[in-house]
Amino acid sequence: MARFGIGIDIEKCTGCHSCFLACKDEFVGNDHLPTAAAQPHGGHSWIRVKEVEQGSGTKVKVDYVPVLCQHCNSLACAKVAPEGAVYRRADGIVIIDPVKAKGCKAMVDACPYGVVYWNQDADLPQKCTMCAHMLDAGEKTTRCAEVCPTGALVFGDLDDVTSPVSRMLAEKAGKLEALKPEFGTGPSVCYSGLPKVFIAGEVLFSNRGSECASGVKVVLKDATGKKIEETLTDCFGDFTFRDLETNEGYVVNVEHVGYAPLELAVRAFASQNLGELVLKAK
Amino acid sequence: MSNQEKMYFNMTNGGPISVYVKDGKVVRVRPLQVPESEYKPWTIEAGGKKYSPPKAVRLSPPVHAERNRLDSYNRILRPLKRVDFDPKGERNPQNRGKSGYVEISWDEALDIVSGEIKRLTDTYGGSSITGMTSSHHNWGVVGYKMGPFSRFMNMLNYTPVLDNTDSWEGWHWGATHTYGFYWRLGMPEQFDLLEDVLKNTEMVVFWSNDPDTTRGTYSGQESAIWRQWLKEKGIKTVFIDPFYNYTNAAMDGTWLPPRPGSDTALAMAIAYVWITEGIYDKEYVADKTQGFDEFKDYILGLSDNGRAKTPEWAAEESGIPARKIRALAREWASKRTSLSSGCRGGEGGACRTAYGTEWARMMVCLQAMQGLGKPGVSIWGATMGAPADSTTWFPAYAEPRGQMGKSGIAKNKLSLMNQTKQRLFRLTLPEAILNGKEDFLGDGFCGQSLEQQFKRNIYPMEGHSPVKMFYRYGGSFMGTMVDTNKWVKMYQSENLEFVVNQDCWFSSETKFADVILPACTNLERNDIGEWAACGGYTTNAHIGNNYRVIVRQQKAVEPLGESKSDYEIFTLLSDRLGMKELFTEGNSEDDWAKLFYESSDVAKTVSWDEFNQKGYHLVPVPDDYKSTPSLRWYAEGRDVDTPDTGNPKRGTDKAKELGTYSGKIEFASESLKKAFPDDTERSIVPSFHASWEGYDSELFKQYPLQLISPHPRFSFHTAYDNHTTWVDEIPLHRVEKNGYRWWPIRLNPADAKARNISNGDIVELYNDRGSVLGSAVVTERVQPGVIHSYASGAKYDPLVPGKPGSTDRGGCVTLLTPSRMLSKNVPGMAPNSCLVEIRKWGV
Repeated sequence: MARFGIGIDIEKCTGCHSCFLACKDEFVGNDHLPTAAAQPHGGHSWIRVKEVEQGSGTKVKVDYVPVLCQHCNSLACAKVAPEGAVYRRADGIVIIDPVKAKGCKAMVDACPYGVVYWNQDADLPQKCTMCAHMLDAGEKTTRCAEVCPTGALVFGDLDDVTSPVSRMLAEKAGKLEALKPEFGTGPSVCYSGLPKVFIAGEVLFSNRGSECASGVKVVLKDATGKKIEETLTDCFGDFTFRDLETNEGYVVNVEHVGYAPLELAVRAFASQNLGELVLKAK
Repeated sequence: MSNQEKMYFNMTNGGPISVYVKDGKVVRVRPLQVPESEYKPWTIEAGGKKYSPPKAVRLSPPVHAERNRLDSYNRILRPLKRVDFDPKGERNPQNRGKSGYVEISWDEALDIVSGEIKRLTDTYGGSSITGMTSSHHNWGVVGYKMGPFSRFMNMLNYTPVLDNTDSWEGWHWGATHTYGFYWRLGMPEQFDLLEDVLKNTEMVVFWSNDPDTTRGTYSGQESAIWRQWLKEKGIKTVFIDPFYNYTNAAMDGTWLPPRPGSDTALAMAIAYVWITEGIYDKEYVADKTQGFDEFKDYILGLSDNGRAKTPEWAAEESGIPARKIRALAREWASKRTSLSSGCRGGEGGACRTAYGTEWARMMVCLQAMQGLGKPGVSIWGATMGAPADSTTWFPAYAEPRGQMGKSGIAKNKLSLMNQTKQRLFRLTLPEAILNGKEDFLGDGFCGQSLEQQFKRNIYPMEGHSPVKMFYRYGGSFMGTMVDTNKWVKMYQSENLEFVVNQDCWFSSETKFADVILPACTNLERNDIGEWAACGGYTTNAHIGNNYRVIVRQQKAVEPLGESKSDYEIFTLLSDRLGMKELFTEGNSEDDWAKLFYESSDVAKTVSWDEFNQKGYHLVPVPDDYKSTPSLRWYAEGRDVDTPDTGNPKRGTDKAKELGTYSGKIEFASESLKKAFPDDTERSIVPSFHASWEGYDSELFKQYPLQLISPHPRFSFHTAYDNHTTWVDEIPLHRVEKNGYRWWPIRLNPADAKARNISNGDIVELYNDRGSVLGSAVVTERVQPGVIHSYASGAKYDPLVPGKPGSTDRGGCVTLLTPSRMLSKNVPGMAPNSCLVEIRKWGV
């Protein structure tokens, strides 16, 4: 028996929405009983792509995060559902039973990820089935994974080391994360590169304004003064520290021979463009 | 899939598909489903790594909604007649766009259309009839726009409307005079540049280019993975664009946003740094170019009244600090850099601004200064240049051998037999109709010679009739041309005695017609087609795909409602005109498909029966494939060796030369010197001029925001927008509010705040030309002073139907863009030179 999973690499997601459309193609107006009743013609996004824009000025970063049923270990939706209305198959796929779940609107609000949708006409909560009906018919992939142009979203058997999802999980070992782990539901969809806050800026020399200050050392420290990482400004005098903890306090040091060092305290409540940091000539 | 389902192959403008049908209904549409073993992927070795594409095809996003588009809420299902149109009585042209429609039978519709054709040709001759097709809504050789339409209309001796080069104006009218390639309409060859970039390039400068959105035109998302490879390889990327575009988001490069209209200044400042610091390829410039001294004088300010094109000067124009311009110039010169200036190398919004010719010419000049064609130094759109067999010929819709009116397979080459020499030009069609006269330069797509651009066409032409009937095939121009309220006025002109529109879907122009004919899509008829291969002036466009895929386009379902194929419609009309034999030559659509197939090189190895049975053919890359990177031959002084078959110097004693007069890259253009020696706008050496509608204009005081309206991301121009609810549900494509799906209008938080606009507000974008409503998207992705809202929406939904100038709530931002041409002698459109103001709607 296979154990199915999905891996999503945000670094590779271009926000093309092919997954969103292919999912609709598979489910809108098509009954796939016993795993899914037809999706209504509008309003459902069994996989949606969230746009995350951060930064300001010219230090902007935009990421796309596909969000679908996380096929959790601990089912928040099941807690409000009648017996058997939602179940986890041996292969890990979580199914809302299209018959037994009738009328159970509470499941829509119970899901912390907001991926259960209400079908008004069918009086039914609905969501991603990992294309269970296709897998049961012998297909090797889900519609969303099939159409992903960059391999950002991969699917497969977690117990088969050669499957696309296992290969991605191995490649990204140590960098894997859950979407909103604080929900504590034990998702079986794995992410890598979820948007984090960054601190960016541009260094300038007070006495050489017509040149970019490239190759300048910039050091990031935590609030206690412990060095986290250091970098050199690029040819444009720009630097960026990525993957920081939201709301943490940081200190940025800029130093260059012949110039007075700069030190800035930054709270990363959101991604920060520190703007122009001018180093004064000694 | 279920064994009750049957799978059919077909082709779209964004890739090959498999269509699954159950009980006479399409139940799903997937990317081409063929056994993995049929894919023979190429491998490129670079930097110790091997790069190969996946064994699958990657469609353009909206194609995944093909099923939804097939039975769209906006399908035209029955012939329609405007309620107050009576061909024998009152025609009420002034009510076009206002009045409703009644369903009529095909018999009545065909009687009216053929009756009008007969009346007009008998009275005034064929030149009194004009007609024009839109692009991109279907695919196929037999049934698409240049097939039956062209064959039929030319049989009537109609007056064609010439296309303008809408997506690459500056390259067509400008770059051709710097490096030739007029046979590619100004865009450079792209062969084997993927390998060259992976192996040799150290930096890619994306300039006015968002390939993740424009996708090399027809190649779906095949190249998305290439750009991931570049990112993983750590190749530095810089994006020069007023919008933080989707490719920038995907590649996370450095963003340098110039003010719209300042790109030429920025380019000149880069040249200034290179010249003054001596960091350019002097040997190449000496051997491979001419006119550099004049160019240098202009850049350094030894001419042009002493105006030196310093980074400080360009900073004033562009808003990009001089230090950044200097740093970019130095980095560019110190690294092997590919310039990605438009999705096929030459395109991009900057070429659709005032004086956009000069920007495109500067792009070529810059790369010439760095040794264009040397390893790693290219003009590459980042969407084409995969290894491919380009020797196996297969017909494509835009090339003569792929058109049933021109191909050798036709006994009657009707498209070549048109006696009417009169021409109209799309950009000035409304003026020509409204004023009854018009003259214009060039022949639209001037692919035959540089001089073709200088020809003056006069309408009406002596001995010809002014046009009185418009046969419109498709209806996209309200959303893709400029200043499109004038199209409303044109349609309401009594000079147009009869307007017919033939389309599969209601589009923005459809309801200006007197009679509407329902056409079926290519999922409802048989055809043949090759992926991405448009032919014509883009030879071997399949190099934007990872595989060459040829498909027997198979009818999956019966035509919806009473819709019919183009071929059937034109056959029925021909029959009523007593020209059926002439038109069909006794051929059915399948006969034509077979004839076309058998004229191809593929038929030499795969018989029609075999192909017809199997439904597809993948043309493999030969085992002994030899890479011929674009323009390497020129840089190395060899005969052209790329498969750029349109190059007229191939195989001649001038095969080492480019297509300019001198055969070299011309910093000072010989062709412009000859044709327009006194033109100061598209001058002999590229020149910078403040936009006639930009940040320096008088109008800026009244309308202080610059609108850019690039090609859209989630539709193919108008195709797929407003025709599928699924695409319209993508929140980045349309934004729902109060039960209506609004077009996104992006603006900077500072501009929003100054006008008390919040994200999601319904806002009015307006100027003296028009007023358009949309949903405000407040974002850092545009700089202060810039508004970004895509062109090419399919929806024109005026609050007062039929009233020119009415506020539109469909998102048709082309109502706002100017009619004025790029410059005095350059009849290209400049939608990105557009000043507007924005305010909250209903406050």
